[in-house]
Amino acid sequence: MGRVFKFGNGISTDAIMPGRYNVTTDFDSLRKGCFIEARPDFVTTVQPGDVIVAGRNFGCGSSREHAPLSIKQNGVACVVAQSFARIFYRNAVNIGLPVIRCAELYDAVADGDDCSVDVRTGAIVSGERTFAGEPPSGVALTIMEYGSLLEMIKARGWAALEAANVS
Amino acid sequence: MGTLAEEILSRRVGRQVHAGETVVADVDFAFAHDVTGPLAIKAFAELDMPVWDPARIAFTFDHVMPANTVAAAELHRQIREFCSEQGVTNVLAEGICHQVLVERGIAAPGGVVVGADSHSTTYGAMGCFATGLGSTDIGVTFATGRTWFRVPETVHIDVHGEPAPGVQAKDIALSVIRRVGAEGADYCAVEWSGETVAAMHMDERLTLCNLSVDFGAKAGLVEPDAVTFAYTGGRGQEVHPSNPRYARTLEVDASAIRPQVAVHPAIDNVQDIDDVAGTPLDEVFIGSCTNGRLSDLALAASFLEGREVHPRTRTVIVPSSRRVYMDALEAGYIETFARAGALVMNPGCGPCLGRQHGVLGPGERAMTTSNRNYPGRMGSPEAFIYLASPAVAAASALRGAITDPAEVR
Ligand code: SF4
Repeated sequence: MGRVFKFGNGISTDAIMPGRYNVTTDFDSLRKGCFIEARPDFVTTVQPGDVIVAGRNFGCGSSREHAPLSIKQNGVACVVAQSFARIFYRNAVNIGLPVIRCAELYDAVADGDDCSVDVRTGAIVSGERTFAGEPPSGVALTIMEYGSLLEMIKARGWAALEAANVS
Repeated sequence: MGTLAEEILSRRVGRQVHAGETVVADVDFAFAHDVTGPLAIKAFAELDMPVWDPARIAFTFDHVMPANTVAAAELHRQIREFCSEQGVTNVLAEGICHQVLVERGIAAPGGVVVGADSHSTTYGAMGCFATGLGSTDIGVTFATGRTWFRVPETVHIDVHGEPAPGVQAKDIALSVIRRVGAEGADYCAVEWSGETVAAMHMDERLTLCNLSVDFGAKAGLVEPDAVTFAYTGGRGQEVHPSNPRYARTLEVDASAIRPQVAVHPAIDNVQDIDDVAGTPLDEVFIGSCTNGRLSDLALAASFLEGREVHPRTRTVIVPSSRRVYMDALEAGYIETFARAGALVMNPGCGPCLGRQHGVLGPGERAMTTSNRNYPGRMGSPEAFIYLASPAVAAASALRGAITDPAEVR
């Protein structure tokens, strides 16, 4: 069971990690840059298993994978948003950061509420309440089964998607 | 049968595909730049495979070129080392990826291009399917020459009417974003068409496709025509939509569009110039992959010729590539800018991502011809960013405040 860290609508990759902090490929440095300006206490208070809950278009803007990596390196169990920007969603899936779409959760929880997410079924529990997030499907589900895009390619190459006739 | 995106992807995979299907497709070209490249190299290295085709890979040094910190220099060094190990010779430090690679002809009608940068939609102006991916995806493409796509639905934008003087492709795109919102084309391709687009030169088409990602599109495309083939020197394949089924069609009357300004803090917070005119500005930036091409600089020079920028407004002008720089030099624009008191910087991304120079302080207001006004994008999260066309930016630099270009002409 983690706690909710709540963010608004249109949280851009620049808010998650401003361009000025992307000058590294070191995962621990990326961890420290997460929400460094938008929410400076994030890195010091987030615990493994916590859940980011956001509104619409989470991760909009640049294609920089530094953004989902920095969230993942903080041990965030899942990002639940009303919608995601396309490249962010794809990057998150590729690196094994669970992302779930759910329309209702956003208005129903507050910062610090407890929350847990079953990233395969999309089932979300907060306190006494349950919510049905959209479970991953298609390519996202296939990649999730391997853990990450790199693990999938290492294990099966593109046949993993072609043979499965993923759609 | 299909939209332009469906036609290109069908041809690529050798069977008819439709929106919603997933395909694994060969790509013609893949690239990364000095911010996304190092992570792509890291992902690629994990695969323990050779590079698919060094001639069809490029790295550009543009976001932080020349390096401004030891950390940035170290990332550049890693990229150079990788390229020399792998025999990649397209190591380009002569401007923004999306301009340099277009000039080098990596995108052609009917092609498929991927880049580790969201504005890779730009290449769709050539009538190819081009999209931005993350570093891991690009690292995998470096090794395999392929990637997966969900064949997108298409938003069809039909633009007609002659834009008023001083109204550019930028204003048309911002007016569309104003109507459909920042997620208006999420996961979709955008097909820009109609008589107004047909009449546009390549620079303006590049602006339309570039900005497509900023309302969520996976790709922005213009059907290849005589303008396209003149630009590519005949390279590429004829490809056309055939009995397309669009998710949505938007009619745009370009003759009714006023100069548009996207106001802090969101790209879809767009207003007519009349509603924001007079707002004082600390900085004006003319450049970026959206509007740093020769025709943009020509327009800016037509305003700044024989005049001086307002003393309160530092004005930074960045040609998008070495070729643009040299053409601007020859045409006298660079001298015009220097005489007007503007700061002309080396080709590259410049102040667009707040990482190198032209950084904004708290409370400052900037107008830029680039594409993103998220808080913190160009420096302090407490700065205010306004996006507009080169005409509006140049006019505003002269007055030191947001200005309708018609007033300065
Ligand atoms: S000019 Fe700006 S938007 Fe374009 S590639 Fe560079 S940083 Fe990205």
